[in-house]
Amino acid sequence: MLKDITLGQYYPKDSPIHRLDPRTKLVITFMFIVIIFFVRYYTGYLYVLAFLALAVALSRIPVKYVLKGLKPLLFIIVLTFLINLFFTGGGTVLVKWWRLEITREGLRQAIFMALRLIFLVSGTSLLTLTTSPIALTDGIELLLKPLRVIRFPAHELAMMMTIALRFIPTLLEETDKIMKAQTARGADFESGNLVQRAKALVPLLVPLFISAFRRADELAMAMEARCYRGGENRTRMKVLKVESRDYAAYGIALLLVAAVLMNAYL
Amino acid sequence: MEPIIRVRDLHYDYVNSEGEETAALDGVSIDIYKGEFVVIIGHNGSGKSTLAKHLNALLKPKSGEVFIKGMDTRLDENTWNIRQTAGMVFQNPDNQMVATVVEEDVAFGPENLGIPPAEIRSRVDEALRSVNMTEFAKSAPHFLSGGQKQRVAIAGVIAMKPEIIILDEPTAMLDPSGRREVMETIRHLNKDEGITIVHITHYMDEAVEADRVVVMEKGRIAADGTPREIFSKVDTLRSIGLDVPQVVELAHRLREEGFDIKGEPLNIEEMVEAICR
Repeated sequence: MLKDITLGQYYPKDSPIHRLDPRTKLVITFMFIVIIFFVRYYTGYLYVLAFLALAVALSRIPVKYVLKGLKPLLFIIVLTFLINLFFTGGGTVLVKWWRLEITREGLRQAIFMALRLIFLVSGTSLLTLTTSPIALTDGIELLLKPLRVIRFPAHELAMMMTIALRFIPTLLEETDKIMKAQTARGADFESGNLVQRAKALVPLLVPLFISAFRRADELAMAMEARCYRGGENRTRMKVLKVESRDYAAYGIALLLVAAVLMNAYL
Repeated sequence: MEPIIRVRDLHYDYVNSEGEETAALDGVSIDIYKGEFVVIIGHNGSGKSTLAKHLNALLKPKSGEVFIKGMDTRLDENTWNIRQTAGMVFQNPDNQMVATVVEEDVAFGPENLGIPPAEIRSRVDEALRSVNMTEFAKSAPHFLSGGQKQRVAIAGVIAMKPEIIILDEPTAMLDPSGRREVMETIRHLNKDEGITIVHITHYMDEAVEADRVVVMEKGRIAADGTPREIFSKVDTLRSIGLDVPQVVELAHRLREEGFDIKGEPLNIEEMVEAICR
């Protein structure tokens, strides 16, 4: 059913990684993403792998579950691997077949790219697996707060994300209901070619959009009735606090950065 | 005693897309006192919802005046104080929840008021307790039933410590058990916590439980009195297209058939009493 889709795929568990401040996790994920691009030798990936393995182990999320996140991207990973493999020139030719040739440089590039993608995806999915959507939006809001100086709407952005997350299940349920109502009256969503199927979606999307706008209108009124007037002077029930475990996490992340940089440039 | 809600000669009209004006409120005056449980009935388009929105400063009078605890709703500087004093619960339970977790949603109002975190925490716990939803504090709203969602919405209002709660057809989209849950919660808040209740509905059975019933018709107040007084005028109610509670209907018909039904029975117990005498 449509209802079973969980966004962000939060994996609730009580672990040191889950308990980290969302800001810490966001910053470290960002550091992790950047540092992956600084790796120059295979040995550099060993450090990255060690860091990721430590994080997964601490998070107590089954490794299988983390790897499952790679599945939808398998096609892209394989494609990048093949493109890099065949279209990177230079170096000694290893295999030559018809007009395609695999060079030493190409093989290296292909492996590097694939590893990079795999680490990127598994690293970032660890963030969403260990952080609830609400903590994530809170973290984003607080991290972006300093940007208010340049009039960046940090609070508004976070509020929009919260509302979007809140209404995903409601709208999915509604889509389901409209779909059933239309099917009962003879609509066919499942057969025909791509164009026909896209056309069949029109009677589904129109009522859905109308109702979404009506909901937005009512929600806005309800928010105003509850004294919502933007982020000014607003307090939060749950206050995020940076604790010693966050400093420890930063320490380990910096160690990774140092190790990778030393490996690449010394 | 100074009324907590004072409405004087309130007029309001909507302009539709063709530019025609329709009077939604046509000279409404009413006083509501602290601690009262008032039910406003009337059918669609009678202006009851428009009146409710004026009590929370969501709408401002086009002419006439509305005072909430002495605060004039026409003045912008009063708006937030009025909304904190007179909380509002709407019809659709889905469209008034902001957060993805029940307790976060209850905290939304106090957060907007800028209350310190520790105090919000205690208010949220207390509010959830008073609507009997403590065990669902960490649930996602879409896993709750309609009645439960509406109770969470009420908790969200209570957490702002209002003196008045205005409920705009909160039971219209609920099943009978959800309606009962919500009515019990409202009665508890009125009797045990002394909160003034303005409850808008088109279910006559809910009106029986009130201290006072106000009947609205075509933007005016057609009748105002205790449930007993209001439901004794069965023919008047009929003439404006409203039903009466089943028990009242039964008493009325029995009386027409020449039976002597004493008093105005409003519920089954009173009816049994009246017949067995």
